Amino acid sequence: MPLHLICCAKQVPDPETPAVSFRVDPIAKRVVPAPGIAPVISPFDEQAIEVALKIKDARPDTKVTVISMGAASARDAVKHGLAMGADEGILLEDPLFEGTDAFQTAYALSAAVRKLGDYNAIFCGRQAADFDQGQVAIGLAELLGIPALINGQSAEFVSDSRVRFERVLPDGIGVFEADAPVLTSYSQEVGQPRYPTLRNIMTAARKEIAIWHASDLDINQAEFTPKTKLVDLYVPTYEGKCEIIEGETAAEVGEKLALKLREAKII
Amino acid sequence: MADPKGILIGGEMPQSGGRPGMTLELLGIGRKLADQLGEELSVVIMGESIGEAEGRELVAHGADKVYIANHPLLKSYHPDAFITATEQVLRHLKPSIFLMGRSEIGQDVAPSVGFRLRTGVAMDCLDLQVDGSRRLVMIRPVYGGNARAHFICTDVFPQIATVRPKTQDPALRQEGRQGSVENIEVELDPSVRRSDWVSYKKWESTGGVSLGSAEYVVSGGRGIGSEDAYKETIEVAAAVLNGAAGASKACCDAGYAPPGNQVGLTGQRVSPKLYVAVAISGASQHIAGMGTSKTIIAVNKDPDAHIFKVARYGVVADYKQVMPAFIQKCRELVGKGE
Repeated sequence: MPLHLICCAKQVPDPETPAVSFRVDPIAKRVVPAPGIAPVISPFDEQAIEVALKIKDARPDTKVTVISMGAASARDAVKHGLAMGADEGILLEDPLFEGTDAFQTAYALSAAVRKLGDYNAIFCGRQAADFDQGQVAIGLAELLGIPALINGQSAEFVSDSRVRFERVLPDGIGVFEADAPVLTSYSQEVGQPRYPTLRNIMTAARKEIAIWHASDLDINQAEFTPKTKLVDLYVPTYEGKCEIIEGETAAEVGEKLALKLREAKII
Repeated sequence: MADPKGILIGGEMPQSGGRPGMTLELLGIGRKLADQLGEELSVVIMGESIGEAEGRELVAHGADKVYIANHPLLKSYHPDAFITATEQVLRHLKPSIFLMGRSEIGQDVAPSVGFRLRTGVAMDCLDLQVDGSRRLVMIRPVYGGNARAHFICTDVFPQIATVRPKTQDPALRQEGRQGSVENIEVELDPSVRRSDWVSYKKWESTGGVSLGSAEYVVSGGRGIGSEDAYKETIEVAAAVLNGAAGASKACCDAGYAPPGNQVGLTGQRVSPKLYVAVAISGASQHIAGMGTSKTIIAVNKDPDAHIFKVARYGVVADYKQVMPAFIQKCRELVGKGE
């Protein structure tokens, strides 16, 4: 049976934006987009897509669907997934889906996954590179009633209905197996995701991205409420009291640095 | 239904893969919040055969009440068993605030129970406060540490927060402190486990100290220049300090360091006692992963490098000139022959 894999991708301000270009509007509690720096797909989400595509490499009849939620610009995250080699793309776009908290985001995604019907596994980034919450993936699994295997570096289907998953632990790799459908999440240990090939970019450009509004999904408005609220957003200031160690020679400076640490009882 | 009251900590036990130090750090911040609110501080610990003495230790470290949940399925850590047990405990005790560490355990359990109880969760908090309306203010880094955000829950309970490891001062032991220790029942069936642990492969690392738990981290940036230089300088310095070797994203991308060594927004988050940043410029991507280290040292030949803004001690020089003498002196001081 062909597999159906669903990847969730978020569009975020480029995390490589230099610190000097980073601005916050404290009144609106929003990040001011850095001029000239385009938003990107959240890196861990890109890595999750890579894992799904590796499964597709081994089983070419696999269908990979990329879902993103947010403003129209989130379409680029879906496009990126398609250009990497995903088959279908869906954008969840609605005024109701703007400024959502982790609960609402996971809730909307769960409604979209239900609408898609049959699937074998879901692939998410460990956390998004904007609010770094690390909740939506697990929350989505909870709302769908499926197990969540998080912080992975790879996954494979050992049979049509069973997934083997490698979780990155502080001092090693734990290998887990679970019956599909499962949700899995990934981070940098996956390694460099594939670059879109020219052919895939052309194919992706021709693909229609389905737009689903809140009214297309089964969303209970009474349940669709935020559980957390952002009350303050600011750029932290550092003390900036760096003591520069100096000396006649570089070797002397190296020694002085070590002695300084001993003096401060750090080593 | 009684109003949610009190602070509950989800403690970690070594038997089930937890870090006892995490529990003490949670007791440190939990005690402060409990005193501010004038409410009780409780801890729940889970395992198979935890005894009263272990609970008494936590009382001595500031807990007013300790609940012990013993069950055969809690013998070793399994996400599903711990999530369901925690959910049952929270439904029963109805605390106003529930705290865990942002550890391997907390990363699974806190968001899962938060969603099951339809309440709010904030992960990876650097600090927690109480506002004028007695609400928990959860302070966490966002945008890769470029910004700080304060979150509150929208009148949903318990208010759940996970705290970044090693950011809080651990609670100190006070002899003769009074408190109660009692058992709490959890009902678990083997069918609760939806995944199976198949095997475990330990990292092959030089020093055997993992990046996430190391007290000393020495990291290299792209300025290191080569894989060999990374091995000779960064890994050697880390080994001398009995710590772990880290790297910036740029250094990993250049292939000088293995991807698992990456510290930063898209890598590991560390808060060691000492962080030595060698030839690292201090892009926000990197600061996100190490900005909460207790003491930061920067070695960089560019005096304007951003890393000096977060560092406590700095050396403006080519690392190749400075590091050999630094390593040699550390070796003498730490007392390692070779």
